[in-house]
Amino acid sequence: MSTTATTHQTKWWSGGKSPFNLEYGKLMMWYFLMSDAFTFGAFLISYGSIRFSQNFWPDPNVVFNAFPGAGHANLPLAFVSVMTFILIISSVTMVLAVHAGHKGDKQGVIKWLAWTIVGGIAFLSCQAWEWHHLITGEHAVLVDGKLDIIGQTMGGNPWGQLVEDQAALTAALNNTSHDTLIQLVHSHDHTHSMEQLAAMSDTELKGMVNFAEMHIREKGPIAFGGYFFGITGFHGFHVFSGVIINIVMLIMTQKNVFQNRGHYLMIEKAGLYWHFVDLVWVFVFLCFYLI
Amino acid sequence: MQHPAFEEVSFQHHTDDAEFKRRVRKTTILLSIITIIELVIGLTIYTIHKGENPNHTLVLMFKGMVCILTLAKAYYIVSVFMHLGDEIRNMIMTIVVPLMLFIWFIAAFIWDGNSYKNLRNKYDKHFEETTMPKQHHKVDEHPAEIKTGKE
Repeated sequence: MSTTATTHQTKWWSGGKSPFNLEYGKLMMWYFLMSDAFTFGAFLISYGSIRFSQNFWPDPNVVFNAFPGAGHANLPLAFVSVMTFILIISSVTMVLAVHAGHKGDKQGVIKWLAWTIVGGIAFLSCQAWEWHHLITGEHAVLVDGKLDIIGQTMGGNPWGQLVEDQAALTAALNNTSHDTLIQLVHSHDHTHSMEQLAAMSDTELKGMVNFAEMHIREKGPIAFGGYFFGITGFHGFHVFSGVIINIVMLIMTQKNVFQNRGHYLMIEKAGLYWHFVDLVWVFVFLCFYLI
Repeated sequence: MQHPAFEEVSFQHHTDDAEFKRRVRKTTILLSIITIIELVIGLTIYTIHKGENPNHTLVLMFKGMVCILTLAKAYYIVSVFMHLGDEIRNMIMTIVVPLMLFIWFIAAFIWDGNSYKNLRNKYDKHFEETTMPKQHHKVDEHPAEIKTGKE
Protein backbone atom coordinates (compact mmCIF):
# COMPACT_ATOMS: atom_id res chain seq x y z
CA MET A 1 0.00 0.00 0.00
CA SER A 2 2.81 2.36 0.86
CA THR A 3 4.41 1.77 -2.56
CA THR A 4 1.24 2.76 -4.43
CA ALA A 5 1.06 5.93 -2.35
CA THR A 6 4.59 7.00 -3.28
CA THR A 7 4.13 6.37 -6.99
CA HIS A 8 0.89 8.35 -7.12
CA GLN A 9 1.85 11.24 -4.87
CA THR A 10 4.91 13.38 -5.53
CA LYS A 11 6.60 14.77 -2.42
CA TRP A 12 7.01 18.35 -3.62
CA TRP A 13 8.79 19.61 -0.50
CA SER A 14 11.33 16.82 -0.06
CA GLY A 15 14.03 18.82 -1.88
CA GLY A 16 15.87 18.43 -5.16
CA LYS A 17 13.00 19.82 -7.19
CA SER A 18 10.86 22.91 -7.49
CA PRO A 19 7.98 22.62 -5.00
CA PHE A 20 5.81 24.54 -7.45
CA ASN A 21 6.99 22.51 -10.43
CA LEU A 22 7.98 25.71 -12.22
CA GLU A 23 11.32 27.18 -13.17
CA TYR A 24 12.39 30.34 -11.36
CA GLY A 25 11.76 32.80 -14.21
CA LYS A 26 8.21 31.70 -14.86
CA LEU A 27 7.30 31.75 -11.17
CA MET A 28 8.72 35.26 -10.81
CA MET A 29 6.79 36.37 -13.90
CA TRP A 30 3.63 35.17 -12.14
CA TYR A 31 4.46 37.17 -9.02
CA PHE A 32 5.29 40.24 -11.08
CA LEU A 33 1.96 39.95 -12.86
CA MET A 34 0.19 39.60 -9.52
CA SER A 35 1.76 42.84 -8.30
CA ASP A 36 0.91 44.51 -11.61
CA ALA A 37 -2.68 43.35 -11.15
CA PHE A 38 -2.74 45.26 -7.87
CA THR A 39 -1.36 48.37 -9.59
CA PHE A 40 -4.07 48.26 -12.26
CA GLY A 41 -6.62 47.29 -9.64
CA ALA A 42 -5.71 50.32 -7.53
CA PHE A 43 -6.11 52.62 -10.54
CA LEU A 44 -9.48 51.19 -11.50
CA ILE A 45 -10.75 51.15 -7.92
CA SER A 46 -9.68 54.77 -7.48
CA TYR A 47 -11.65 55.56 -10.64
CA GLY A 48 -14.65 53.74 -9.18
CA SER A 49 -14.30 55.58 -5.89
CA ILE A 50 -14.32 58.99 -7.60
CA ARG A 51 -17.16 57.93 -9.84
CA PHE A 52 -19.29 56.93 -6.84
CA SER A 53 -18.54 60.29 -5.20
CA GLN A 54 -20.19 62.19 -8.07
CA ASN A 55 -23.88 62.85 -8.67
CA PHE A 56 -23.32 62.83 -12.41
CA TRP A 57 -20.91 60.78 -14.50
CA PRO A 58 -20.63 60.81 -18.32
CA ASP A 59 -22.45 58.05 -20.20
CA PRO A 60 -19.79 56.00 -22.07
CA ASN A 61 -22.14 55.65 -25.03
CA VAL A 62 -22.09 59.42 -25.45
CA VAL A 63 -18.30 59.65 -25.16
CA PHE A 64 -17.22 56.67 -27.25
CA ASN A 65 -19.49 56.66 -30.28
CA ALA A 66 -17.11 57.38 -33.14
CA PHE A 67 -15.69 55.04 -35.75
CA PRO A 68 -12.80 55.82 -38.14
CA GLY A 69 -14.14 56.97 -41.50
CA ALA A 70 -17.75 57.12 -40.27
CA GLY A 71 -17.73 60.88 -39.72
CA HIS A 72 -20.26 62.03 -37.12
CA ALA A 73 -22.33 58.83 -37.20
CA ASN A 74 -23.47 57.74 -33.74
CA LEU A 75 -21.99 54.26 -33.28
CA PRO A 76 -21.67 53.49 -29.56
CA LEU A 77 -19.44 50.54 -28.60
CA ALA A 78 -18.54 49.78 -32.22
CA PHE A 79 -14.89 50.82 -32.26
CA VAL A 80 -14.06 49.49 -28.81
CA SER A 81 -15.48 46.09 -29.73
CA VAL A 82 -13.08 46.00 -32.68
CA MET A 83 -10.22 46.78 -30.26
CA THR A 84 -11.39 44.08 -27.84
CA PHE A 85 -11.56 41.43 -30.56
CA ILE A 86 -8.12 42.40 -31.86
CA LEU A 87 -6.69 41.79 -28.38
CA ILE A 88 -8.56 38.49 -27.90
CA ILE A 89 -7.35 37.18 -31.25
CA SER A 90 -3.77 38.25 -30.55
CA SER A 91 -4.03 36.38 -27.24
CA VAL A 92 -5.08 33.24 -29.14
CA THR A 93 -2.14 33.53 -31.56
CA MET A 94 0.15 33.87 -28.52
CA VAL A 95 -1.23 30.62 -27.05
CA LEU A 96 -0.44 28.95 -30.37
CA ALA A 97 3.11 30.40 -30.34
CA VAL A 98 3.69 29.04 -26.82
CA HIS A 99 2.32 25.65 -27.90
CA ALA A 100 4.61 25.58 -30.94
CA GLY A 101 7.48 26.35 -28.55
CA HIS A 102 6.50 23.33 -26.41
CA LYS A 103 6.93 21.12 -29.44
CA GLY A 104 10.22 22.83 -30.41
CA ASP A 105 8.63 23.92 -33.68
CA LYS A 106 10.71 26.99 -34.64
CA GLN A 107 8.71 27.92 -37.74
CA GLY A 108 5.46 27.69 -35.82
CA VAL A 109 6.79 30.00 -33.08
CA ILE A 110 7.93 32.54 -35.68
CA LYS A 111 4.61 32.45 -37.53
CA TRP A 112 2.36 32.86 -34.47
CA LEU A 113 4.62 35.39 -32.75
CA ALA A 114 4.57 37.53 -35.89
CA TRP A 115 0.74 37.48 -35.91
CA THR A 116 0.70 38.42 -32.22
CA ILE A 117 2.94 41.41 -32.96
CA VAL A 118 0.63 42.44 -35.81
CA GLY A 119 -2.34 42.28 -33.41
CA GLY A 120 -0.50 44.36 -30.81
CA ILE A 121 0.42 47.05 -33.33
CA ALA A 122 -3.16 47.09 -34.66
CA PHE A 123 -4.47 47.61 -31.12
CA LEU A 124 -2.01 50.45 -30.46
CA SER A 125 -3.01 52.12 -33.73
CA CYS A 126 -6.67 51.93 -32.73
CA GLN A 127 -5.86 53.49 -29.39
CA ALA A 128 -3.84 56.26 -31.04
CA TRP A 129 -6.81 57.05 -33.29
CA GLU A 130 -9.21 57.07 -30.36
CA TRP A 131 -7.05 59.37 -28.25
CA HIS A 132 -6.53 61.73 -31.18
CA HIS A 133 -10.25 61.77 -31.86
CA LEU A 134 -11.10 62.57 -28.23
CA ILE A 135 -8.44 65.26 -27.79
CA THR A 136 -9.11 67.09 -31.06
CA GLY A 137 -12.90 66.62 -30.94
CA GLU A 138 -14.94 69.84 -31.20
CA HIS A 139 -17.95 69.86 -28.87
CA ALA A 140 -20.00 72.90 -27.84
CA VAL A 141 -20.22 73.38 -24.07
CA LEU A 142 -21.88 75.97 -21.86
CA VAL A 143 -19.24 77.25 -19.42
CA ASP A 144 -19.72 80.24 -17.08
CA GLY A 145 -22.50 81.77 -19.15
CA LYS A 146 -20.75 81.49 -22.50
CA LEU A 147 -20.41 78.87 -25.19
CA ASP A 148 -17.08 77.23 -25.87
CA ILE A 149 -15.78 74.52 -28.17
CA ILE A 150 -13.60 71.92 -26.45
CA GLY A 151 -12.35 68.34 -26.74
CA GLN A 152 -11.60 65.83 -24.01
CA THR A 153 -8.31 66.62 -22.26
CA MET A 154 -6.87 66.33 -18.75
CA GLY A 155 -8.11 69.87 -18.07
CA GLY A 156 -11.75 69.34 -18.96
CA ASN A 157 -14.22 67.47 -21.11
CA PRO A 158 -17.47 68.22 -22.89
CA TRP A 159 -19.40 65.25 -21.41
CA GLY A 160 -21.55 67.03 -18.81
CA GLN A 161 -25.33 67.11 -18.63
CA LEU A 162 -27.38 68.24 -21.63
CA VAL A 163 -28.45 71.88 -21.35
CA GLU A 164 -32.21 72.00 -21.85
CA ASP A 165 -32.69 75.62 -20.80
CA GLN A 166 -33.01 77.38 -24.21
CA ALA A 167 -33.11 80.84 -22.61
CA ALA A 168 -29.72 80.25 -20.95
CA LEU A 169 -28.24 79.19 -24.29
CA THR A 170 -29.58 82.24 -26.11
CA ALA A 171 -28.25 84.50 -23.36
CA ALA A 172 -24.88 82.74 -23.54
CA LEU A 173 -24.57 83.65 -27.22
CA ASN A 174 -24.00 87.30 -26.26
CA ASN A 175 -20.85 86.36 -24.31
CA THR A 176 -19.56 83.95 -26.94
CA SER A 177 -16.47 84.84 -28.96
CA HIS A 178 -16.57 85.46 -32.73
CA ASP A 179 -14.45 82.38 -33.48
CA THR A 180 -16.70 80.10 -31.44
CA LEU A 181 -19.79 81.52 -33.17
CA ILE A 182 -18.26 80.71 -36.55
CA GLN A 183 -17.59 77.12 -35.46
CA LEU A 184 -21.06 76.74 -33.96
CA VAL A 185 -22.75 77.83 -37.18
CA HIS A 186 -20.34 75.80 -39.29
CA SER A 187 -21.16 72.62 -37.34
CA HIS A 188 -24.69 72.47 -38.81
CA ASP A 189 -24.74 75.02 -41.66
CA HIS A 190 -23.03 73.60 -44.73
CA THR A 191 -24.14 76.24 -47.22
CA HIS A 192 -21.45 78.72 -46.19
CA SER A 193 -17.68 78.23 -46.14
CA MET A 194 -15.60 79.10 -43.08
CA GLU A 195 -14.33 82.22 -44.90
CA GLN A 196 -17.85 83.45 -45.66
CA LEU A 197 -18.87 82.91 -42.04
CA ALA A 198 -15.75 84.69 -40.78
CA ALA A 199 -16.73 87.79 -42.76
CA MET A 200 -20.15 87.98 -41.09
CA SER A 201 -20.93 90.08 -38.04
CA ASP A 202 -21.64 88.56 -34.63
CA THR A 203 -25.33 89.54 -34.86
CA GLU A 204 -25.73 87.73 -38.19
CA LEU A 205 -23.98 84.65 -36.84
CA LYS A 206 -26.10 84.58 -33.68
CA GLY A 207 -29.21 84.56 -35.86
CA MET A 208 -27.91 81.52 -37.75
CA VAL A 209 -27.15 79.36 -34.69
CA ASN A 210 -29.71 76.59 -34.48
CA PHE A 211 -29.70 74.97 -31.04
CA ALA A 212 -32.11 72.25 -32.13
CA GLU A 213 -29.35 70.71 -34.26
CA MET A 214 -26.77 70.77 -31.47
CA HIS A 215 -26.46 68.82 -28.25
CA ILE A 216 -24.94 71.42 -26.00
CA ARG A 217 -23.69 70.06 -22.69
CA GLU A 218 -22.10 71.41 -19.57
CA LYS A 219 -18.52 70.51 -18.76
CA GLY A 220 -18.21 66.98 -17.37
CA PRO A 221 -16.46 65.90 -14.14
CA ILE A 222 -12.84 66.98 -14.55
CA ALA A 223 -11.51 63.63 -13.25
CA PHE A 224 -12.98 61.76 -16.22
CA GLY A 225 -10.28 62.80 -18.70
CA GLY A 226 -7.40 62.16 -16.33
CA TYR A 227 -8.62 58.70 -15.40
CA PHE A 228 -9.37 57.73 -18.98
CA PHE A 229 -6.03 58.87 -20.39
CA GLY A 230 -4.14 57.67 -17.31
CA ILE A 231 -5.51 54.14 -17.20
CA THR A 232 -5.82 53.46 -20.94
CA GLY A 233 -2.40 55.08 -21.33
CA PHE A 234 -0.86 52.82 -18.69
CA HIS A 235 -2.49 49.84 -20.37
CA GLY A 236 -1.31 51.06 -23.78
CA PHE A 237 2.21 51.30 -22.36
CA HIS A 238 1.94 47.65 -21.30
CA VAL A 239 0.78 46.68 -24.80
CA PHE A 240 3.68 48.66 -26.25
CA SER A 241 6.26 46.96 -24.02
CA GLY A 242 4.59 43.61 -24.78
CA VAL A 243 5.05 44.24 -28.51
CA ILE A 244 8.73 45.13 -27.91
CA ILE A 245 9.24 41.94 -25.84
CA ASN A 246 7.57 39.87 -28.57
CA ILE A 247 9.77 41.45 -31.25
CA VAL A 248 12.86 40.58 -29.17
CA MET A 249 11.54 37.01 -28.80
CA LEU A 250 10.96 36.80 -32.55
CA ILE A 251 14.53 37.89 -33.31
CA MET A 252 15.95 35.47 -30.72
CA THR A 253 13.89 32.61 -32.21
CA GLN A 254 15.11 33.45 -35.67
CA LYS A 255 18.72 33.49 -34.45
CA ASN A 256 18.23 29.95 -33.04
CA VAL A 257 18.90 31.10 -29.44
CA PHE A 258 16.09 28.95 -28.03
CA GLN A 259 16.80 26.02 -30.33
CA ASN A 260 20.40 25.93 -29.09
CA ARG A 261 19.20 26.27 -25.51
CA GLY A 262 16.96 23.26 -26.01
CA HIS A 263 13.73 24.85 -24.81
CA TYR A 264 11.39 27.76 -25.59
CA LEU A 265 10.57 28.72 -21.99
CA MET A 266 11.22 32.40 -22.72
CA ILE A 267 8.27 32.36 -25.12
CA GLU A 268 6.10 31.08 -22.25
CA LYS A 269 7.13 34.00 -20.03
CA ALA A 270 6.49 36.53 -22.81
CA GLY A 271 3.18 34.75 -23.38
CA LEU A 272 2.16 35.16 -19.73
CA TYR A 273 2.86 38.89 -19.97
CA TRP A 274 0.89 39.20 -23.19
CA HIS A 275 -2.14 37.37 -21.79
CA PHE A 276 -2.02 39.61 -18.74
CA VAL A 277 -2.27 42.64 -21.02
CA ASP A 278 -5.39 41.09 -22.56
CA LEU A 279 -6.73 40.34 -19.08
CA VAL A 280 -6.32 43.95 -17.96
CA TRP A 281 -8.08 45.17 -21.09
CA VAL A 282 -11.09 43.03 -20.18
CA PHE A 283 -11.42 45.10 -16.99
CA VAL A 284 -10.62 48.45 -18.61
CA PHE A 285 -13.28 47.65 -21.21
CA LEU A 286 -15.74 46.90 -18.41
CA CYS A 287 -15.02 50.00 -16.30
CA PHE A 288 -14.76 52.64 -19.03
CA TYR A 289 -16.92 51.44 -21.90
CA LEU A 290 -19.61 49.15 -20.55
CA ILE A 291 -20.75 50.35 -17.13
CA MET B 1 9.72 17.82 -24.21
CA GLN B 2 12.45 17.70 -21.58
CA HIS B 3 13.97 20.84 -20.11
CA PRO B 4 17.65 19.95 -19.57
CA ALA B 5 18.39 23.36 -18.06
CA PHE B 6 15.70 22.99 -15.42
CA GLU B 7 16.09 19.68 -13.68
CA GLU B 8 14.10 20.87 -10.69
CA VAL B 9 11.00 20.85 -12.88
CA SER B 10 10.30 17.16 -12.60
CA PHE B 11 6.76 16.73 -13.80
CA GLN B 12 5.83 17.49 -17.39
CA HIS B 13 2.37 18.25 -18.69
CA HIS B 14 1.68 15.95 -21.58
CA THR B 15 -0.73 17.85 -23.74
CA ASP B 16 -2.03 15.98 -26.70
CA ASP B 17 -2.00 18.14 -29.85
CA ALA B 18 -5.60 17.49 -30.90
CA GLU B 19 -6.83 17.91 -27.31
CA PHE B 20 -4.95 21.22 -27.01
CA LYS B 21 -6.38 22.59 -30.28
CA ARG B 22 -9.88 21.62 -29.21
CA ARG B 23 -9.43 23.42 -25.90
CA VAL B 24 -8.06 26.60 -27.46
CA ARG B 25 -10.85 26.68 -30.03
CA LYS B 26 -13.48 26.16 -27.34
CA THR B 27 -12.04 28.94 -25.16
CA THR B 28 -11.77 31.37 -28.09
CA ILE B 29 -15.40 30.77 -29.03
CA LEU B 30 -16.45 31.15 -25.38
CA LEU B 31 -14.57 34.44 -24.98
CA SER B 32 -16.06 35.78 -28.23
CA ILE B 33 -19.60 34.79 -27.26
CA ILE B 34 -19.25 36.38 -23.81
CA THR B 35 -17.90 39.58 -25.39
CA ILE B 36 -20.82 39.68 -27.84
CA ILE B 37 -23.29 39.23 -24.97
CA GLU B 38 -21.53 42.06 -23.11
CA LEU B 39 -21.85 44.32 -26.16
CA VAL B 40 -25.55 43.47 -26.51
CA ILE B 41 -26.09 44.34 -22.83
CA GLY B 42 -24.11 47.57 -23.34
CA LEU B 43 -26.39 48.55 -26.22
CA THR B 44 -29.44 47.59 -24.16
CA ILE B 45 -28.28 49.95 -21.40
CA TYR B 46 -27.81 52.63 -24.06
CA THR B 47 -31.37 52.17 -25.32
CA ILE B 48 -32.77 52.26 -21.78
CA HIS B 49 -30.86 55.50 -21.12
CA LYS B 50 -32.25 57.06 -24.29
CA GLY B 51 -35.83 56.35 -23.24
CA GLU B 52 -38.14 58.81 -21.50
CA ASN B 53 -38.00 57.33 -17.98
CA PRO B 54 -34.89 55.17 -17.59
CA ASN B 55 -35.45 52.30 -15.17
CA HIS B 56 -32.39 52.62 -12.91
CA THR B 57 -32.86 49.27 -11.19
CA LEU B 58 -32.90 47.52 -14.56
CA VAL B 59 -29.75 49.37 -15.65
CA LEU B 60 -28.02 48.39 -12.39
CA MET B 61 -29.03 44.76 -12.93
CA PHE B 62 -27.58 44.76 -16.46
CA LYS B 63 -24.38 46.34 -15.19
CA GLY B 64 -24.09 43.61 -12.56
CA MET B 65 -24.53 40.99 -15.27
CA VAL B 66 -21.72 42.54 -17.32
CA CYS B 67 -19.45 42.45 -14.25
CA ILE B 68 -20.13 38.73 -13.74
CA LEU B 69 -19.51 37.99 -17.45
CA THR B 70 -16.21 39.90 -17.23
CA LEU B 71 -15.13 37.77 -14.27
CA ALA B 72 -15.97 34.67 -16.32
CA LYS B 73 -13.78 35.98 -19.16
CA ALA B 74 -10.94 36.68 -16.73
CA TYR B 75 -11.26 33.12 -15.39
CA TYR B 76 -10.95 31.57 -18.85
CA ILE B 77 -7.99 33.75 -19.86
CA VAL B 78 -6.05 32.98 -16.67
CA SER B 79 -6.99 29.33 -16.41
CA VAL B 80 -6.66 28.23 -20.04
CA PHE B 81 -4.53 30.79 -21.91
CA MET B 82 -2.11 31.38 -19.03
CA HIS B 83 -2.29 27.67 -18.05
CA LEU B 84 -2.73 28.50 -14.37
CA GLY B 85 -5.36 25.77 -14.22
CA ASP B 86 -2.68 23.22 -15.21
CA GLU B 87 -0.24 24.19 -12.45
CA ILE B 88 -0.10 22.35 -9.14
CA ARG B 89 -2.47 23.42 -6.41
CA ASN B 90 0.12 25.00 -4.09
CA MET B 91 1.29 27.31 -6.87
CA ILE B 92 -2.28 28.32 -7.81
CA MET B 93 -2.98 29.21 -4.17
CA THR B 94 0.03 31.56 -3.90
CA ILE B 95 -1.46 33.57 -6.79
CA VAL B 96 -5.17 33.36 -6.01
CA VAL B 97 -5.17 33.85 -2.23
CA PRO B 98 -3.43 37.28 -2.27
CA LEU B 99 -5.91 38.41 -4.94
CA MET B 100 -8.68 37.92 -2.37
CA LEU B 101 -7.56 41.30 -1.04
CA PHE B 102 -9.51 42.79 -3.95
CA ILE B 103 -12.79 41.85 -2.28
CA TRP B 104 -12.09 44.28 0.56
CA PHE B 105 -10.30 46.73 -1.74
CA ILE B 106 -13.26 47.19 -4.09
CA ALA B 107 -15.97 47.18 -1.41
CA ALA B 108 -14.18 49.62 0.92
CA PHE B 109 -13.30 52.23 -1.69
CA ILE B 110 -16.62 52.18 -3.51
CA TRP B 111 -18.34 52.51 -0.13
CA ASP B 112 -16.06 55.41 0.76
CA GLY B 113 -16.75 57.24 -2.51
CA ASN B 114 -20.47 56.80 -2.05
CA SER B 115 -20.34 58.03 1.55
CA TYR B 116 -18.40 61.13 0.44
CA LYS B 117 -21.10 61.88 -2.13
CA ASN B 118 -23.87 61.57 0.46
CA LEU B 119 -22.04 63.82 2.93
CA ARG B 120 -21.42 66.45 0.26
CA ASN B 121 -25.04 66.42 -0.86
CA LYS B 122 -26.09 66.87 2.75
CA TYR B 123 -23.73 69.67 3.75
CA ASP B 124 -22.79 71.32 0.43
CA LYS B 125 -26.08 72.35 -1.18
CA HIS B 126 -24.26 74.18 -4.00
CA PHE B 127 -22.62 70.88 -5.01
CA GLU B 128 -25.98 69.12 -5.03
CA GLU B 129 -27.75 71.85 -7.04
CA THR B 130 -25.03 72.17 -9.68
CA THR B 131 -24.29 68.49 -10.25
CA MET B 132 -27.49 66.50 -9.58
CA PRO B 133 -28.91 65.18 -12.88
CA LYS B 134 -32.03 67.05 -13.99
CA GLN B 135 -34.17 63.90 -14.29
CA HIS B 136 -34.54 63.87 -10.52
CA HIS B 137 -36.29 67.25 -10.60
CA LYS B 138 -38.50 66.15 -13.46
CA VAL B 139 -39.98 63.38 -11.34
CA ASP B 140 -41.22 65.99 -8.87
CA GLU B 141 -42.62 68.19 -11.62
CA HIS B 142 -44.64 65.50 -13.35
CA PRO B 143 -47.51 65.16 -10.82
CA ALA B 144 -48.00 68.96 -10.88
CA GLU B 145 -48.29 68.93 -14.67
CA ILE B 146 -50.89 66.19 -14.64
CA LYS B 147 -52.95 68.19 -12.15
CA THR B 148 -52.95 71.37 -14.23
CA GLY B 149 -53.88 69.31 -17.29
CA LYS B 150 -57.00 68.01 -15.56
CA GLU B 151 -58.13 71.41 -14.41
